Amino acid sequence: MADKMATREAYGKTLVELGAKNPNLVVMDADLSKSTKTADFGKVYPERFFNMGIAEQNLYGAAAGLALSGKVVCASTFAMFAAGRAFEIIRNSIGYTKANVKICATHAGITVGEDGASHQTFEDIALMRTIPGMTVINPSDGVSAKKLLEQAVEMNGPCYVRLGRAAVPVFYGEDADIQLGRGNVVKDGKDVTIVATGVMVNEAAIAAETLAAEGIDARIIDIHTIKPIDEEIIIKAAQETGAIVTAEEHSVIGGLGSAVAEVVVKHAPVKMAMVGQKDTYGESGKPDELKKKYGMTADDIAAAVKSVL
Amino acid sequence: MEIKALEKTAAEIRAGIVEAISNAGSGHPGGSLSAADIVTALYFDEMNVDPKNPKMEGRDKFILSKGHAGPVQYSALAAKGYFSKEDFLTLRKIGSKFQGHPDMNKVPGIEMSTGSLGQGFSVAGGMAMANKLNHDPGRIYVLLGDGEIQEGIIWEAAMSIPHYQLDNLVAILDHNGLQIDGKNEDVMNVAPVIEKFQAFGWNVIQIDGHNFEEILDAFKQARACKGKPTMIVAETIKGKGVSFMEGNAGWHGKAPNADETKQALAELGGDR
Repeated sequence: MADKMATREAYGKTLVELGAKNPNLVVMDADLSKSTKTADFGKVYPERFFNMGIAEQNLYGAAAGLALSGKVVCASTFAMFAAGRAFEIIRNSIGYTKANVKICATHAGITVGEDGASHQTFEDIALMRTIPGMTVINPSDGVSAKKLLEQAVEMNGPCYVRLGRAAVPVFYGEDADIQLGRGNVVKDGKDVTIVATGVMVNEAAIAAETLAAEGIDARIIDIHTIKPIDEEIIIKAAQETGAIVTAEEHSVIGGLGSAVAEVVVKHAPVKMAMVGQKDTYGESGKPDELKKKYGMTADDIAAAVKSVL
Repeated sequence: MEIKALEKTAAEIRAGIVEAISNAGSGHPGGSLSAADIVTALYFDEMNVDPKNPKMEGRDKFILSKGHAGPVQYSALAAKGYFSKEDFLTLRKIGSKFQGHPDMNKVPGIEMSTGSLGQGFSVAGGMAMANKLNHDPGRIYVLLGDGEIQEGIIWEAAMSIPHYQLDNLVAILDHNGLQIDGKNEDVMNVAPVIEKFQAFGWNVIQIDGHNFEEILDAFKQARACKGKPTMIVAETIKGKGVSFMEGNAGWHGKAPNADETKQALAELGGDR
């Protein structure tokens, strides 16, 4: 396994590249530009960078106004304050109007770590995917974050991009075929499928190695686009492997697990288990300690796999 | 447009509001009528817009942040020729383009879907930022309700619009003093509005919102003001033009019955 990079890091670098190619791109932030990495863009293109101060509602309202005037806007803050605090602004001023705003929300999930429960979002995917017309993306590493952001900026319409704080292994090669709306089979397998998203794709890969040693051949699918979800790849996995475990750094209520279950129950009912944040808040600690305490590690995935076999 | 002609147009627009809300059986006459003169002045004198080409480059834009007053914007757009008055009389009916609160993707001339209070102001700020960035000469006009300014997002935008020196934006506060549950001062005091916006860095102009000379002059002053956005505090009367609705919070969100409609239309100039 190669280098480590936070998906927010890839986001910041890609924005600068996109800024050169796309003069129409505007980037906005709410006083977290050093953490969300939009400051990189702000340094190179100050005239196209707007810091809105600590005011997330106005951040997304103004982003809508810029987008409805022909700009493509990437507007960033922490996921808690984007999807959470500004939810209704995003729903009515961005979703309902079909504004071309990319809500690029960083510091999602438990891996925020030391900041604790007030900053650990487990609800954002659930909230965002209920908005009609909203594309929801959750990249698993630096390479896919870059490729998916490029495609998100290229497409017209509202999009939620979930990014992480912690550095995670880069496992896709530069030439990997990452397409918005299509899942990626990271590893083939016939006994069970682990459908993972975001940082949990890497945990799934580790779990698959453990399981292989015990004679269980697990397929791993990276669902980086949670909406619209790749139904075909999920139905095929259900039919061919007969059991599914989902893994996400998000509540087990309303996120990837629910999205996959919605597909499975309709087309190919199989036994499922969901790994993610249980119906509870997090706390301060190191990301790895928290993943362990709250049940979002490779071991938890492996145990869930055994529960469905 | 001559003042007399503006007054006549405003009366027609008011009649349209009453007819449409009566026909719908629900809606918000009070705040639509209080804003009718301001909206008339915008569409028939101040703004550079073309009903034949609603998406014209460089046009001025009007955002109705107090979206529940949709009928005043619909009625003005109909009078201006964006669509027929008959069309707009389908207000609030299933399948109609004319939603209870305006939908920009359904009705030509609507620049922003509003209804959830406070958001139109913030979006208008974004549009003014875009016009500065694009060197677009179009000006942004946004109408706020006085109850609406109790929303937190209003003060976020009230801070950012002067911060970015958006002198291409003019906000008008429809200061009729009433909201659904009663007087502003009883529900949640908003006073003093002039000093608040001045303190936030706005060029504030106070006018009689039913006096066309004052309305047009305020728009002229706003154009002359550089480096600062303008907030026109328009003192208005809720339900203006219909005697039994004037100054009565009970008419915030209630449709008139057949007799009331007849009387209202008679007061607004009769033979329609």
